[in-house]
Amino acid sequence: MRALVIDDSAVIRTVLTRILTNLGFEVVQAAHGKEALERLRGGPLPAIALVDWNMPEMNGYEFIRSVRASSEWRDLPLMMVTTETEMEQVVKALAAGANEYLMKPFTPEMVEEKLQILGIKGS
Amino acid sequence: MGISAEEFRFVADLIRAEAAIVLDAGKEYLVETRLGPVAHQLGLGTISTLVAELRTRRNPALLTRVVDAMTTNETSFFRDVQPFEHLKRKVFPELIERRRAEKKLSIWCAAASSGQEPYSMAMLLRENFPELAGWRVEFLATDISTQVLAKAREGIYSQLEVNRGLPAPLLVKYFRKHGLEWQVDSSLRSMIQWREFNLASKTFPPMGPFDLIMLRNVMIYFDVPTKRSILGNMRRVLRPDGYLFLGTAETTINVDDNFASDTLHTACYRLKAA
Ligand SMILES: C[S@@+](CC[C@H](N)C(=O)[O-])C[C@H]1O[C@@H](n2cnc3c(N)ncnc32)[C@H](O)[C@@H]1O
Repeated sequence: MRALVIDDSAVIRTVLTRILTNLGFEVVQAAHGKEALERLRGGPLPAIALVDWNMPEMNGYEFIRSVRASSEWRDLPLMMVTTETEMEQVVKALAAGANEYLMKPFTPEMVEEKLQILGIKGS
Repeated sequence: MGISAEEFRFVADLIRAEAAIVLDAGKEYLVETRLGPVAHQLGLGTISTLVAELRTRRNPALLTRVVDAMTTNETSFFRDVQPFEHLKRKVFPELIERRRAEKKLSIWCAAASSGQEPYSMAMLLRENFPELAGWRVEFLATDISTQVLAKAREGIYSQLEVNRGLPAPLLVKYFRKHGLEWQVDSSLRSMIQWREFNLASKTFPPMGPFDLIMLRNVMIYFDVPTKRSILGNMRRVLRPDGYLFLGTAETTINVDDNFASDTLHTACYRLKAA
């Protein structure tokens, strides 16, 4: 199973990659929404994308809207992983098509539990 | 400053007598890390002074603090996921079918900790069984720890707590944010009655009978005779066709053979036919 990790922080990408690899995922990374769309164009559909909100070029919210508006990727499960923690933001992300929402800081268990909620397993 | 072997034995005996919780040798560190802050907060300085105080006279308030501190309250929303799937797909549909005439359900969370388990069940009921709106649903949640009960009653959780196991759509629907914390809305809170209750009580007071009892991740702290006595009491307050859930790593096997597991791979048990 492939997971797409989208975050402009290399540290967060590394942390999430380690967590997801331990859960059996093959991880593909992108530093912002535009790069993530390129990754989607260039490879097989991932089982899940974990996406930060605030990023240069294209932020996570815009990424989610593009994915949901596309014909090829609109069923891709999406999880927002962000420092945005206000109720309005969670509501907005879900309305745009996010399936789950994880607030930073997170632990490996939290990532695992969220994936379990979505019924997505690594290997 | 560690505690002496003698002090540890005193605390271990006390906790066992009060809450049935077994503290084996090797758990000295647990007593130190849990009771150190209590001693400090009460201005007693060290654990040794705290222990001396416990020895001199019976002080119910202090005893409550000490028992509270020695309980492990680790929990999360929809913990282990699978038991809640089983509730949703099998247990509640069956119960609703069988209780259609009386239109009454009685549920007990017997080690509710800070409330994540009962609130998860309340959300599950609201989301999936709207027909229960016209029923009498009695929902009791108990714990020995007054501290966690106070928190559960308020239904206020930190960001770290709502990050654990709670689906985002349910967070949005059933919680309000106040400052940095999240509070369960009052309509869910009013579904549940909270009460202090010690499972190690020799006999249970008149209660129930219940259609469903959650007894998850608490018996691991007890010895076998205590588990047996608790399961015996549970049999008396569970309706003959009711359901009992234990923690995923717990079992009635070799403890009380009046129960049979409902479905393989779930910690859901039912009474064997008499
Ligand atoms: C690990 S938590 C489990 C919470 C929840 N049932 C779950 O599975 O997530 C164990 C709880 O059992 C409670 N407990 C320990 N001894 C008890 C006793 N003798 N009677 C009632 N509750 C007790 C503790 O206070 C604690 O909140």
